[in-house]
Amino acid sequence: MAKFKGVDYYDIDTLLSEEERLTRDTVREFVDDQILPVIEEHTRNCTFPKNLVPKMAELGVFGANLPEEYGCAGMNNVSYGLIMQELERGDSGVRSFASVQGALVMYPIFAYGSEKQKKHWLPKLASGEKIGCFGLTEPDHGSDPGGMKTKAVKDGDHYVLNGAKMWITNGTIADISVVWAKLDGEVHGFLVEKDTPGFTAPEMKGKYSLRASVTSELVLQNVRIPAENILPNVKGLKGPLGCLTQARYGIAWGAIGSAMACYDASLNYALNRIQFDKPIASFQLVQEKLANMVTEITKGQLLVLQLGRLKDKGIMKFNQVSMAKRNNVDIALTIARVARDIHGANGITDEYPVIRHMLNLESVKTYEGTHDIHGLIIGQSITGIAAYA
Amino acid sequence: MNIVVCMKQVPDSETRVKIGADGKSLDLSSVNFVINPHDEFAIEEAIRLKEKHGGEVTVLTLGPDRAENDIRKALAMGADKAVLLRTEGDFQGDVAIALAEQIKTMGSDLVLFGKQAIDEDSSQTAQLVAEYLDLPCVTVVVKLDADPAAKRLTAEREIEGGTEVVELPLPAVIGTQKGLNEPRLPNLKGIMAAKKKPLEKKEPVNQASKVETVGLELPPPRAAGKMVSQGLDGVPELVRLLHEEAKVI
Ligand SMILES: Cc1cc2nc3c(=O)[nH]c(=O)nc-3n(C[C@H](O)[C@H](O)[C@H](O)COP(=O)(O)OP(=O)(O)OC[C@H]3O[C@@H](n4cnc5c(N)ncnc54)[C@H](O)[C@@H]3O)c2cc1C
Repeated sequence: MAKFKGVDYYDIDTLLSEEERLTRDTVREFVDDQILPVIEEHTRNCTFPKNLVPKMAELGVFGANLPEEYGCAGMNNVSYGLIMQELERGDSGVRSFASVQGALVMYPIFAYGSEKQKKHWLPKLASGEKIGCFGLTEPDHGSDPGGMKTKAVKDGDHYVLNGAKMWITNGTIADISVVWAKLDGEVHGFLVEKDTPGFTAPEMKGKYSLRASVTSELVLQNVRIPAENILPNVKGLKGPLGCLTQARYGIAWGAIGSAMACYDASLNYALNRIQFDKPIASFQLVQEKLANMVTEITKGQLLVLQLGRLKDKGIMKFNQVSMAKRNNVDIALTIARVARDIHGANGITDEYPVIRHMLNLESVKTYEGTHDIHGLIIGQSITGIAAYA
Repeated sequence: MNIVVCMKQVPDSETRVKIGADGKSLDLSSVNFVINPHDEFAIEEAIRLKEKHGGEVTVLTLGPDRAENDIRKALAMGADKAVLLRTEGDFQGDVAIALAEQIKTMGSDLVLFGKQAIDEDSSQTAQLVAEYLDLPCVTVVVKLDADPAAKRLTAEREIEGGTEVVELPLPAVIGTQKGLNEPRLPNLKGIMAAKKKPLEKKEPVNQASKVETVGLELPPPRAAGKMVSQGLDGVPELVRLLHEEAKVI
């Protein structure tokens, strides 16, 4: 297959700096060389390509927008977004790994951790020596994390944690879990190391989506952790929500990557597939599908680019992130479904990337705040009325 | 060891080239540019030699401002600084003289080139520059060992049906060939570091080339293929055509 050249209908490249383009092109090449050749096999076998972790670390993708003093690349947020875009052009599961490691584990340690925690964990997480996970969702509390039942109780110079988390990306392979639990009725973050007695993280089976990503339960039964493992600098739901804003920002970019992969595959397929003695790309119905795809991708690109510029200026609002996450995942999922259609029967096989993206995006639509919940966040921001409950 | 790598920016090999209105230059308006692939081996080798023996790697490019993109990429891979001999439009001067004049001012122990640039395929810049600098030159190199203390190089070259091992004194000029190494991808920290590395831009020495391009032509369009038949039934006819028409068997 011809090398992926990107989708740039509006000369958006001219809005990127040389460094941003080089970052994007470098990760693009990495994805072509390292991810695409192995991803269908991992998806088929439902395995995470763990050998990519040191390679992604060497490239510098984990926490790439965090400062150099902690072993990170110190890039701006647009570059970070472009990295997520390219990774997800490879696979949403691989991007999910990087999002969790960077935005949901490194970020809370960076933003809410003690200097000692930062110095200890961030370089190890950046180098891929340690893997992290983020435990917020519970069996009975998804969109409504405020209702969480997991509890922490202080006991001398320890905390004792009890509860269960569900749908936790990387859980089974994580060395360190950021677990959110209520202490005296208020949400706090705790760092739980993998071999702590009472802590287990069984993998969840039977997924049809994000098959190349590990999803787990976290079971905490009288887990005693040293008191210094609490994240000292945040309490309340704004702790986990602050992390989610970071991760959703990356997802909004990532979804564009999936959409580009599906569009690119569809365009190639439509130009080469002959029916009624013509390439199917010569039929008006197919052209309209392709035109819609490229239009939605272009709008989504502009949305995240401006979002990134706002984030780099330090003035991005979480409800703006909601708009980008909601829109871009939604258009990516629609594009993936249409791409599946354009590929005809071939579209249901793993010879082509489209059905993998389509199935992956179902998870992406749900996690990190469902499509509907982001609609409610936007709704609240414009009406002033919260409509969640 | 101070190493100069001469790097050219060329159209991506997937580009469909068009000839410009003047009939003797290329229309580069919608072309995607890359580092000449053979030069990537030179950049990688220079960085490896630096990592082993210390010193500094300088990238030297003659070309327009747009080459800066790819110079930054070489800096992100690990080169230390760069010089861009800035040209505008089609450079009419002698490229080898311009490069040699610049290299003379740089005090280098080793000058690396790709064995050829994939756009014009002249395969002579390394040799000409060596001549202008009065330095020994070896091209099509697939293995390189340096002994900076003894000021010597050992190089292996690809020759028809085998390899040739040569020794030469430093300073020297080398043209690199595929197989020498596997060029690295820059990493993101390298990209950040590259922003801060010095890039000097200056005018090239412009001495008219003795060679003039008078015209460019695209190869004739390929005739449509011939479908003999589908499946096994077509084999006898295919054999007959290969034998009688194409005369290849
Ligand atoms: C593959 C995968 C990986 C995940 N990784 C992680 C992880 O690493 N860490 C983590 O903590 N969590 C993770 N999650 C969990 C994810 O964040 C939750 O699934 C998500 O928040 C939705 O929660 P839920 O599944 O309980 O759905 P529910 O909250 O039960 O929602 C079900 C439906 O009801 C709708 N709904 C709910 N409330 C409202 C309302 N007020 N108004 C209108 N509609 C509403 C939702 O939009 C949705 O359509 C992951 C999920 C998946 C699928």
